[in-house]
Amino acid sequence: MSGAVSVHLWSSLTRFTDGARVVAVEAGTVGQVLEALSGAYPGLEPILEAGVSVVIDDELVTDHHSAVPEGAEVYLMQRIKGG
Amino acid sequence: MAKDGLTEFRLVGTRPDRPDGLDKVTGRARYGADISAPGMLWAAVVRSPHAHARIVKIDTSKAEALDGVKAVITRADFPEGLTGEAWNLQENTMAGDRALYDGHAVAAVAATSAFVAQDAARLIEVEYEVLPHVIDVDDAIKPDAPVIREGAADATVPEGMPPNVVRYMEFGHGDVEAGFGAADLVMEKTYKTEATHQGYIEPHACMGQMGEDGRGEMWVCTQGHWFIRKMCTDVLGLDPAQLRVTPSEIGGGFGGKTTIFMEPLSLALSKKAGGRPVKVVMTRSEVLRATGPTASASMDVKIGMTKDGQITAGRAEFRMQGGAFPGAPVDFALMCGFAAYKMPAVEHIGYDVLANRPRAAAYRAPGSPMGAFAVESLVDEMCRELGLDPLEVRLKNAVHEGDKASYGPKFGSIGLEEVLQATKAHPNLLAELGPNQGRGMASGYWFNHSGDTSVSLAISEDGTAQVSVGTPDIGGSRASIALMTAETLGIDYEDVRVNVVETGALGVNEPTHGSRATFASGKAAVMAAEQAIGEMCRRAAAKWGIDPEAVEWVDGAAQPAGPNAGKFPPMTIAEIAAKMSSTGGPIAGHHESVPEGVGASFGTHVVDVEVDPETGRTTILRYLVVQDAGRAIHPAYVEGQYQGGAVQGIGWALNEAYIYGEDGRLQNTVFLDYRIPVASDLPMIDTVIVEVPNPGHPYGVRGVGETGITPPLPAIANAIHDAVGVRLRSLPMSPPAVLAALKAKE
Repeated sequence: MSGAVSVHLWSSLTRFTDGARVVAVEAGTVGQVLEALSGAYPGLEPILEAGVSVVIDDELVTDHHSAVPEGAEVYLMQRIKGG
Repeated sequence: MAKDGLTEFRLVGTRPDRPDGLDKVTGRARYGADISAPGMLWAAVVRSPHAHARIVKIDTSKAEALDGVKAVITRADFPEGLTGEAWNLQENTMAGDRALYDGHAVAAVAATSAFVAQDAARLIEVEYEVLPHVIDVDDAIKPDAPVIREGAADATVPEGMPPNVVRYMEFGHGDVEAGFGAADLVMEKTYKTEATHQGYIEPHACMGQMGEDGRGEMWVCTQGHWFIRKMCTDVLGLDPAQLRVTPSEIGGGFGGKTTIFMEPLSLALSKKAGGRPVKVVMTRSEVLRATGPTASASMDVKIGMTKDGQITAGRAEFRMQGGAFPGAPVDFALMCGFAAYKMPAVEHIGYDVLANRPRAAAYRAPGSPMGAFAVESLVDEMCRELGLDPLEVRLKNAVHEGDKASYGPKFGSIGLEEVLQATKAHPNLLAELGPNQGRGMASGYWFNHSGDTSVSLAISEDGTAQVSVGTPDIGGSRASIALMTAETLGIDYEDVRVNVVETGALGVNEPTHGSRATFASGKAAVMAAEQAIGEMCRRAAAKWGIDPEAVEWVDGAAQPAGPNAGKFPPMTIAEIAAKMSSTGGPIAGHHESVPEGVGASFGTHVVDVEVDPETGRTTILRYLVVQDAGRAIHPAYVEGQYQGGAVQGIGWALNEAYIYGEDGRLQNTVFLDYRIPVASDLPMIDTVIVEVPNPGHPYGVRGVGETGITPPLPAIANAIHDAVGVRLRSLPMSPPAVLAALKAKE
């Protein structure tokens, strides 16, 4: 099951998305969001491969099988860890 | 009754004895350097005396000829062809064709005693061609700076950037220029912070053993032994399945023990020495020169504010050097800088820059203290300019659940408002101040983190429990996990033992970092306990001949869930455990996941200082930490984390810094010269635990280890200004720096 999802990128990635800070992809899971981004914007692939944190609405999500509700706001952020 | 007034707990929120306390005070605890084995050799490492130099030639013949020397290694003994992070780790472990910082390892030796190893290291002859070096981040980012490494930039760096920029980022939202246009006051200032070290008391130490067959063992002081296993085997081209890593007790880490430094050397030396175990123990000088301090930063911040204290826009441009490799935490510094404020418009720009310094490692809320120093100092400057109360301005602009964070997404449950209100109500704010005394405040933020987590729990024959976790206990996680497990099982705290186990015993675990151990391993332990409870309910149901769903677990016993389930007396955990062999065998639970539901933590600090106008020395008179813990499982440990974070931040603010000479060599390589605060420097740190439970954790835990280091840097700068009217925008605010500022004011 997939639907339209808005993905917010940090803006230095807009070099790879023809200037768009928010891009729409068809996806039903976090993994599908990342695959769709790499497919549509190949320049993003090494950055996504290196690891990013994914936030769906207000929840940091790590499981790439997690569902992304239609209409959800997805944010890609620098990968968070800590000290 | 728990402090939220909603949930009653038997154990969570109490302060029982620490499970590691007796071992630590009697010297029985075994730290990294305490591990020895028959036939063990000792290692010594040859390190570059130059900040940047080409290695022309290494002659090891004299060292190899010394009686007692069993192995000598250089980079030639490491596999070739590594790429990406594996190459970075290998290059930092042992220099290749160039030494990239003062202290960079260039060779290592293993011998029958530590003295022979040190003598042999001195016999290794290294010929260097000294190259130009660069230390300061603002110098390193210049287009004509000495180039640390061609081609190190990643895909985020646009063409045309200076050669030492290896990562670049921009992010934000809203119309920043319109926001500045709507402000009554716009101020822009530049702030700098120096690199500091985590200053853990226990230096890095390990003993590695690696046979010719590629099977090995390591005993090591670390925050994360699965990271050690992966990194060592990556660097040496070994099979991870054949390396078993056992963590020792740990004497502090604070992020600095989440990576490798000399651990692969012990394995490589052992392999070359026929499989004899090799111990490596760093000196304090080696720790400071060649492990992972935090980054230094140079930061421009601009904020717009209305005359009644509403923030209209912000802009931050941060430059950070994290040594000769990528990884300065500029991204987190930017993301945390404005996190405490509702930002209608904000713009962040960041540069990760290479310099000839040791590779930065994580340090407690990596990046957040620098971001806070810049933003929270400027907010204070603007409040003073506009004649506003800095606490009221923070309340006016405070973020709440559902607000858009400065770094993008919406906040979930957070407790900043509660923290600020608790701060406002604290009696320290009413204490009278005398001449040359001043008060400063600041807030700080950390996201907190989850990560790969695997836990197993075993019920013993007497109904007690042992929990195996993979997160080394640095700040009290054995106690907090025991409390949560005992609470869930309905047994006594003393009947649960939590063990930190080796890599062969569990699935992969991330280190104890990101304030995650009590959150993630704790959540997994609760899930494992619930799995064991489910099994015990099934065994009770089988004995009673009723449906397992008709059994519930109450106060450590299975009982029928209601009158329709039948009339049976409760069956205690001890009674069920005593019969385990004849009812299906061992009873256990386990849980593996990346636990979701991380809860972020805000804190606010208020400090009173006195500045001696003759010497410039700043004395901390009073210090208050208020922070949201979600729920404090063991409040004494939570207070300890708050106090420890504050003390490290005080050191960073007032004294600590990496001091380099013109030659690029580190000049303060011992604790006599690298001055961390000690007990006699400080008053008791007052703490207030705010509890806004995290809905993503069964007991409401957020994670408390990191936020506390963030506010001290700006809070103390703000207090010094309040005391003597000078604004210090560079750290450390040491006596000479304060004195110079006072003289400049005259």
